[in-house]
Amino acid sequence: MTERSRRFRLDPWRWLVLVPAMLLAVPVLMILLSVLDPQWDVWAHLRQTVLWSYISNSLLLAFGVGLGALFIGTGCAWLVSQYHFPGRKYLEWMLLLPLAIPAYIIAYTYTGLLDFAGPVQSQLRIWFDWRYGDYWFPEIRSLGGAIIMLALVLYPYVYMLARTAFREQASSLQEASRTLGLTPRQHFWRVALPLARPAILTGTALAMMEAFADYGTVQYFGVDTFTTGIFRTWFGLNNSLAAAQLAALLTSFVLFLLVLEQWSRRKIRYYHQGQKDTQQPRRTLTAGRKWLVFVLCCLPLLFGFVVPAVQLSLWALATWQVTLDERFMQLVWNSFSLAAMAALISVTLALVFAYARRLKRDWLVLIPVRLAAMGYAIPGTVIAIGVMLPLAFVDQRIDLLAEQWFGVRTGLLFSGTLFALLLAYSVRFLAVSLHSVEAGLHRIRPNMDQAARSLGCSPRQVLWRVHVPLLRGSVLTALLLVFVDVLKELPATLILRPFNFNTLAVRTYELASDERLADASLSALAIVLVGLLPVIILARSMDRH
Amino acid sequence: MLVLEQLAVAYGPHTVVKDISLSLSKGQIGCLVGPSGCGKTTILRAIAGFEPLAGGEISLAQGVVSSQHYHCPPEQRHLGMVFQDFALFPHLTVAENIGFGLQQLSRTEATKRTRELLHLVGLPDLGRRYIHQLSGGQQQRIALARAIAPKPEILLLDEPFSSLDAELRESLARDIRQILKHEEMTAVMVTHDQFEAFTMADLIGVMEHGRMQQWATPYELYHKPINRFVADFIGRGVLLPGEMLDGQQVKTSFGIFAQSYLANLQQGEQVDVLIRPDDIVHDDDSGVTAKVLDKSFRGSHILYTLQLRSGDEVYCLALSHHNHAVGEMIGIRLDLDHMVVYPRIS
Repeated sequence: MTERSRRFRLDPWRWLVLVPAMLLAVPVLMILLSVLDPQWDVWAHLRQTVLWSYISNSLLLAFGVGLGALFIGTGCAWLVSQYHFPGRKYLEWMLLLPLAIPAYIIAYTYTGLLDFAGPVQSQLRIWFDWRYGDYWFPEIRSLGGAIIMLALVLYPYVYMLARTAFREQASSLQEASRTLGLTPRQHFWRVALPLARPAILTGTALAMMEAFADYGTVQYFGVDTFTTGIFRTWFGLNNSLAAAQLAALLTSFVLFLLVLEQWSRRKIRYYHQGQKDTQQPRRTLTAGRKWLVFVLCCLPLLFGFVVPAVQLSLWALATWQVTLDERFMQLVWNSFSLAAMAALISVTLALVFAYARRLKRDWLVLIPVRLAAMGYAIPGTVIAIGVMLPLAFVDQRIDLLAEQWFGVRTGLLFSGTLFALLLAYSVRFLAVSLHSVEAGLHRIRPNMDQAARSLGCSPRQVLWRVHVPLLRGSVLTALLLVFVDVLKELPATLILRPFNFNTLAVRTYELASDERLADASLSALAIVLVGLLPVIILARSMDRH
Repeated sequence: MLVLEQLAVAYGPHTVVKDISLSLSKGQIGCLVGPSGCGKTTILRAIAGFEPLAGGEISLAQGVVSSQHYHCPPEQRHLGMVFQDFALFPHLTVAENIGFGLQQLSRTEATKRTRELLHLVGLPDLGRRYIHQLSGGQQQRIALARAIAPKPEILLLDEPFSSLDAELRESLARDIRQILKHEEMTAVMVTHDQFEAFTMADLIGVMEHGRMQQWATPYELYHKPINRFVADFIGRGVLLPGEMLDGQQVKTSFGIFAQSYLANLQQGEQVDVLIRPDDIVHDDDSGVTAKVLDKSFRGSHILYTLQLRSGDEVYCLALSHHNHAVGEMIGIRLDLDHMVVYPRIS
């Protein structure tokens, strides 16, 4: 036996990583493998009918949202990082608030506000004495509407990264360009913006991934995209393989973004070498411009958070006596316990993976961890299909074997149970917890272990006295982030939930689909409120920065 | 070329520098030294145009660029600046960094000037690299090249060597002085390291609490410091107590000396005489002896801390083969060719 293979066999860490990582990679691999059995007839049908609208709508949606988020996010980040204006200190973190609102919730809130029977059009009709057909009003339930809705809640991705990038540019850079003869405006275009470009691109790529992944909004607005197409092919045409193939096509778009994002992140690292963090002083503005900037920065916050939150609250106030019943409490319990379980599993896995990475710095650990963490880029719909296919297959086999051997039918052991849901969540959100835990572990330098050992601690004591206290914060953050993400998740839950098992997100979506917008408001508001927690954590870490 | 007159800068109600006057003619290198927080960097930033003036004025070749009522923006002053953190643009290559300020030139001219500068700073092959691929010393050279590429009238250097290690500092300082002299560049440098200032500067200004204490050549600063602060800040030395016999002579524990510098002292006044380590010569034949309290080996020299009979301590810089043990009595002689005397502050 060679030295290498012996080490490999004996090392439990490798198995602790390899087995769960492979399990988590299976859904995505299944999707990719599904293309090996092309469903030509379904594809021919799709090509003649809806395929091109899937492709064009998905691309238009992603690029539209990317562009919108880019403009709003970069613009606000620049204003907030460069100028003094009234309320700047508060707006700086409040601009993150739209992150708390899932896209499908903002979509149905604005529909309630802007459709024919909504308060805006009704008021217009009263003021101008119009009737139906007398006037033109933009249709919110359209591709354009979906783009605006998604951009309004996704721009914080760009804002957050761009703001940090602008703030971290040393003040000497601006002074250097001015001594070299550039005006402040030229400095923005030739230095500040190019320097922030990797950060802005990363944020935009993240926003576009979310746009590709969106199901709730486009379904509600009746826009045909890949995600709705996957649903329809699976449940309408009843062809799971073709659905998986559609999912594979969508995944390839997303992977392209993922490469872009990773590449940009590497660039950010290079761009922040050798610069001292002497922050640039903010510039003052004339009285008129000051208020103009204030208004500009308020707009995204107003439309992305305040308006929908107020509308939801008004609806909830009007309906809570009916909607706040035992069924609602059951929903809350279902959602919270499910999210808590998913968070625990995801963070446990993240801890194992992060420690394995720390102890074994080789590709045998690195690659499985990377593969398992890829899920964050994959749309929930795709992951759900990827989980469903193999589990259904396994269930059928077990059922068959059990009947043959023991004469009992086992039914659905995995696919229709919480197991399937938890697996899907783990695939989708492992990266979230891993990121947080790794960041925490990164702060514990190997020197600290050695220092503790030299001061007489056993490895176990090192763990308890050094690692646990230092990691506590990041582990709690990871738990919270996954908890909230699971709570908001819609498409995977919709596909994989056990029969008659409802969550807040699913119920919100179902009520909204039935045009019972006001009735949906209470569960929607609950999701938004819980969603505020991680945003507050983000905002606080931003201030510390 | 550069004239500061009665310059004052304030942050809000708080005056940081006040009453600064100095001038440099073309090709001269000036240095501002002083403890941290003395306002030296503020002066540099005021010259560059990053700080408005509360009083006085700054003139460059083109005329007044800063006064209380007028402020020419930095980009129109035509000056170059080398920053403490270099402030190189990480998204551009070395060549693009150097060419950054050459927008007025045609492309071929800019390329030519860039190549010329890469040669001048001794890094002709690094044009295509990115900043993060360079060492600290290389970054420093590129920062200098970028600043002087547009042929500014005056170059400002803000603690340019502070992020480099000691060994590199000295050789770079010498190289950069040569480059500046070659380009006939007028320059102002800020540093807290007097040896850097000695290596680089034609004229040095010593600052304390936002005031210019002395603006003079390195030789003058060392040998004729204008007050106790400058004497203490520049070089090493001790102040030996003495008494004025008349307007011309001082009596110390070393004997009586004629004084030729700083006249207005009264007979009988208590004074302190500045004694540099090189003013005291180790001489085995001398009748005056002192006890070795401490010694520190400096390679070619040994710096002795000696105790005189009177109990006063002085330094003596002796050639290093005069090796004496701590506690030994050695012969010394005072070799003063100019004397610096300050009235005693009681």
